[in-house]
Amino acid sequence: MHPAPSVIVFTALSGLGFGLLAWLGLGLPAVYGWAAFWWYFVGYALAVGGLMASVLHLGNPKNGLKAFSQWRTSWLSREGVAAVVTLLIIAPFAIGRIFLDTDWGWLGAIGSLLCLVTVFCTSMIYAQLRTVPRWNNALTPVLFLAWSVAGGALLAGQAVAAGLLLLLAGGVQVAYWLRGDQRFAEAGSTIGTATGLGALGRVRLFEPPHQGTNYLLKEMGFSVARKHAVKLRVIALAAGSLMPAVICILMPAGYVAILIAFPIHLVGIFAARWLFFAEADHVMKLYYGG
Amino acid sequence: MTALPQSTDRKLGLVIDLDTCVGCHACVINCKEWNTSGTGAPLSDQEPYGDTPMGTFLNRIHTFEVEVEASPAQMVHFPKSCLHCDDAPCVTVCPTGASYKRSEDGIVLVNEDDCIGCGLCAWACPYGARELDQEAGVMKKCTLCVDRIYNENLPEEDRVPACVRTCPAGARHFGDLGDPSSAVSQLVAERGGMDLMPEQGTKPVNKYLPPRLRDRSMSGGKSLESKGDSPKGLLSWIDRALEAL
Ligand code: SF4
Ligand code: SF4
Repeated sequence: MHPAPSVIVFTALSGLGFGLLAWLGLGLPAVYGWAAFWWYFVGYALAVGGLMASVLHLGNPKNGLKAFSQWRTSWLSREGVAAVVTLLIIAPFAIGRIFLDTDWGWLGAIGSLLCLVTVFCTSMIYAQLRTVPRWNNALTPVLFLAWSVAGGALLAGQAVAAGLLLLLAGGVQVAYWLRGDQRFAEAGSTIGTATGLGALGRVRLFEPPHQGTNYLLKEMGFSVARKHAVKLRVIALAAGSLMPAVICILMPAGYVAILIAFPIHLVGIFAARWLFFAEADHVMKLYYGG
Repeated sequence: MTALPQSTDRKLGLVIDLDTCVGCHACVINCKEWNTSGTGAPLSDQEPYGDTPMGTFLNRIHTFEVEVEASPAQMVHFPKSCLHCDDAPCVTVCPTGASYKRSEDGIVLVNEDDCIGCGLCAWACPYGARELDQEAGVMKKCTLCVDRIYNENLPEEDRVPACVRTCPAGARHFGDLGDPSSAVSQLVAERGGMDLMPEQGTKPVNKYLPPRLRDRSMSGGKSLESKGDSPKGLLSWIDRALEAL
């Protein structure tokens, strides 16, 4: 699948933003007043910024509001609804902490839970697609939640928890790669089943429908060179998980760890998300000889 | 509403005969002509005369080669458009309700006035049957020419999808696949009509009729006779001299 910057930024930043808000909702760190303002500002900026990036991916954003209507059937719609409800529930909790010096703990706890629900919905947009076997896998939601909670802990200055969660997320990432590498073959779609001609003999594409490109090939025909993928996996794992985890565990002072470890973590997350899209093959490619 | 109907009264769709299709692309052109000038956004082209032309099409013809055991390879022209699936994954993923399947005839359509162009339905379709128009930013797909098949302003014989009407080889058939007595259903039963990618669980309405294998080899079953076995004149003398050595 085409690793469009808008969807990479959307899933990475909104995951981090909702991860941070989930920790803040639990009252961690225990900040009030101006200090609290800046934490919530960062949480909202990441979550809302990510959602805005996703709007850039739309061909016809003027109908955007209609996307909230089909939550009964559509994970994309559910994600939109969950994101807005979460941000609205956390807002009064944040106001209480920033301006009123009050802690409506129950409201924060509900907000935290909703943050996780939102990230889960984001992951299901991808995990539900049978057409992309690598994503259509129970580890996809686990992967999104693990990175979100770990990155959130890092941003929330919960150094020890962050260190452990980052290592856990790295482990989930490796499991997802190993599982994902099997998925296309497991799903069983081949050029033979795609054309229905497999029973007659060995099928191969003789001529594509046109010499140029088309929307389908631009959107879904992407494929990444194996040697680049291996390098990027190493970068994603080292920068996303191992390096920030080590920094957190060796420097559990909080703020310092955030300033050093977070930029490194962000590089790793972007590499991992780029691969999430770039390595995912769509069964439609079979019609184009892929 | 993007929930799928429990069942549809009819299952209108196409039966495509891979044995007959000659790969002329006439259906591609007539589809584009009809649907670019109908209701909804036109099917735009980008750089049609430039170096990297591309455009929106609702129907495309691929050509495959099948290597058959103990027989020459066969060429199969393969038209592909929306299969109007019974369990259409493209419909249920749509966040806006723009994509829907009609309960009266099973046709899968996009209401462009509701579409946000998120492209998720194109990701959900296993067959590559939906294309986001690059000019209008909304999703385009085969409508089974819903604006022809019920159109009483057209003469009776034109009330079929444009691709079916135009096919010079008669490789495309249109009808109700939900009715076992319809001509299309009988064709499917007789010729062993098949589903594409059944493992995807989409339950396509459109069916494909497999090509027949060649019943005799094109060269009549034996290789060409060698002309070089009995040389004449000087060559024959050299030949014999070489033999004697
Ligand atoms: S062929 Fe693709 S676009 Fe058409 S109904 Fe099936 S899944 Fe949807
Ligand atoms: S591109 Fe349009 S029709 Fe397709 S899922 Fe998005 S809103 Fe629905």
